[in-house]
Amino acid sequence: MVNVISSPSTPDTGPVSDQDVLRASLGLAVVAVVLFGLVYPLIGVGVGQVLFNDQANGSLIGDGERILGSTLVAQPFAGEGYFRPRPSAVDHQPMAAGGSNAARTNPALRERIESARQAVADREGVPLDQVPGDLVTQSGGGFDPHISPDSAAIQVARVARGRGLTPAVVSELVRAHTQGRQFGWLGAPGVNVLTLNLALDALAPPRTPE
Amino acid sequence: MMEFILVFTLAILLGWPLSKYLAAVMRGAPMGGDRLFAWIENPIYRLLGTDPGRGMSWRGYAAAFLVSNLVLGAIVWLILMTQAWLPLNPNDAPNMSWDLALHTAVSFLTNTNQQHYSGQAQLSYLAHLTGIVTLQVITPMMGLALVVATLRGLFGGRAPRTAGAGDDRAVDVGNFWADVIRPTLRFFLPLALIWTVLLTSQGVPATLAGGPVVRPLDTLVSMQEQKIPLGPVAPMVAVKQLGTNGGGWFGPNSAAPLENPTPFSNLLETLALLLIPVTLVLMVGRFTGRRRFGALVFGCMLVMSLMSSGAAVWSEGFSATSSDIALMEGKEVRFGAGPSALWASLTTQTSNGSVNAMHDSLAPLTGLVTISDMLINAIWGGIGSGLQQFLVYLMLAVFLAGLMTGRTPELFGRKIEAREVKLLAVLVLLQPLALLVMSAITLAVPALTGNSNPGFHGISQVFYEYTSAFANNGSGFEGLGDNTLWWNLTCVLLLILGRYPYLVLPLMIAASLAAKRRTPDSAGSLQVETPTFGLTLIAVIAILTLLQFMPVLVLGPVADHLALIAP
Repeated sequence: MVNVISSPSTPDTGPVSDQDVLRASLGLAVVAVVLFGLVYPLIGVGVGQVLFNDQANGSLIGDGERILGSTLVAQPFAGEGYFRPRPSAVDHQPMAAGGSNAARTNPALRERIESARQAVADREGVPLDQVPGDLVTQSGGGFDPHISPDSAAIQVARVARGRGLTPAVVSELVRAHTQGRQFGWLGAPGVNVLTLNLALDALAPPRTPE
Repeated sequence: MMEFILVFTLAILLGWPLSKYLAAVMRGAPMGGDRLFAWIENPIYRLLGTDPGRGMSWRGYAAAFLVSNLVLGAIVWLILMTQAWLPLNPNDAPNMSWDLALHTAVSFLTNTNQQHYSGQAQLSYLAHLTGIVTLQVITPMMGLALVVATLRGLFGGRAPRTAGAGDDRAVDVGNFWADVIRPTLRFFLPLALIWTVLLTSQGVPATLAGGPVVRPLDTLVSMQEQKIPLGPVAPMVAVKQLGTNGGGWFGPNSAAPLENPTPFSNLLETLALLLIPVTLVLMVGRFTGRRRFGALVFGCMLVMSLMSSGAAVWSEGFSATSSDIALMEGKEVRFGAGPSALWASLTTQTSNGSVNAMHDSLAPLTGLVTISDMLINAIWGGIGSGLQQFLVYLMLAVFLAGLMTGRTPELFGRKIEAREVKLLAVLVLLQPLALLVMSAITLAVPALTGNSNPGFHGISQVFYEYTSAFANNGSGFEGLGDNTLWWNLTCVLLLILGRYPYLVLPLMIAASLAAKRRTPDSAGSLQVETPTFGLTLIAVIAILTLLQFMPVLVLGPVADHLALIAP
């Protein structure tokens, strides 16, 4: 205690008291859980709910009575009068979200792509080499709501047949539901399959399958 | 291409003023918001029983870091194992098994965020917030604290008159508690709130309600109903991206449209990967008062970063493998290949580990870039940990350059001697020992491996997982069946080995240097703040890390690439 060098600016050079460290650690943990783990995110949720209510609640689409889906979640489609979304590794179930995680050199991936390519070519009546890659590959999240404009274009003739519409009308609708690059220069253009199919339903109901 | 230019430009333009602010925060300089923040901070210091002005020795500082980590880790482990009994669990997530909970707690505690679970189904909202978000906020700030303390040590400690005393316990490296609390409240959380609001505006959910269940529009499909998972996602994604964390709300991370809905949200999240790591590097010159030293660190990292990101974007978007019909496997239409490759390179450079495309399905050469980034782990690097690793390389380069030119290896006037070099050697040898031994054992026992892809890529999957754990990155070749006792426990070991020695030993070295007598610069001393030394440093990094892993890189991604392009 007679050490004259001791002053507020010299560090605690003696052995660190375990009690002090433990008390401060427990205190820090309480602060972290309450302030960083609860107060911060709840402020974020509150501000989001007030400023961007629609987006904060999942960008849901409804018809006034019930919720039909979300613009950010792809739904599967099988009917002739509907545009098809991208294949999914998890059957379009967001609760199971994920990709195939197949490597480029995995033979199973190649077989799957080739059979999907053949199926799309047969269904849409286009040559194999005109089938766009995004329509035969599984997305990363497993519920990609978009397809590329090319993938929409090759489906127009079939969808028009399935609804008794002219291809020109369907093409026009596709154009209306195509999101270009954001602000003109970000990302890649895509067509939202769910909102496009909803718009088709509103225009002309699909023919019942024979 | 637009994203590439924008992200780098914005990170530097925003990082510049932010670094000035952060340097002031870490120095404890008086500033505008002092009265407001004192109102929050002083009660916290009273609760902790600490005086924020009182300095600590490196031992006290390290002990505070380690004990507080133990306490936090134990709490989160308990939350994860009991979440089903706790409130805020609208999706009925079950309790985690002890080993998965241990892996998850350690993974987030070490700022890694490697995930062997899928968050939207396996974590309650409460566990996401009090377990995951808590650690995602505090662990990057702990990394920051450690590197700031190390920098104080390298330049003689906070109270310079204690330097040169010959006793490294007399060197004041700062107050750990204040070094964590101040930047969290004054710097990190305000930034995170801005990102939260911007991300919500793009469609990232921010709600406490459970998600709705919808019936598919087309009645011909086999699906009966579809549950749309929601939650307080935006605040988590903000800190996940900004804090070099990487662990997402949804299993596929920012590839999931609900976690990264638009190209603009993707730009924000990509920028966030880089922003604080760049800010931190820009802070070095201001904080230490050695502008040329700051320029050396920034220059070296920027050169390596541009090379790595350039290679990834070329491989994915412009090389021979970019015309592959499988290009979009694991990718999202709204981003496209280029922004996905840019993200893949930046997330591994900055030790973040979030993804916006599945890395398993990337071209093999893009995979090679990501693995190399994680092996180096100091191209920006994790918040604090990246700079700390860079200091290790710096001291090694000083030692090697000293040997080559016959000059005394000294850094900022203090000699690097046997004790320091031994500690550095521990860090250099630990990495290959841990990664290669664990990969070899796991690959040798097929029952343990769990890889989903055959051939060379199967080797990459295993090596990637351990490299990611050790680099505290958290991304993965996720086809790996990694929620097993073996994978959970071996990754826990590597997570710990890759975090604590690499943060604490450089602090110990810095304190040891600070205790030495400072010799004035002379014509005989090595000049480190020059482009020549910068190039030497980059060469040392490349030789040390990449060459010692050359065999496994050839067996994995390189062979995978050759197999892919073979006719």
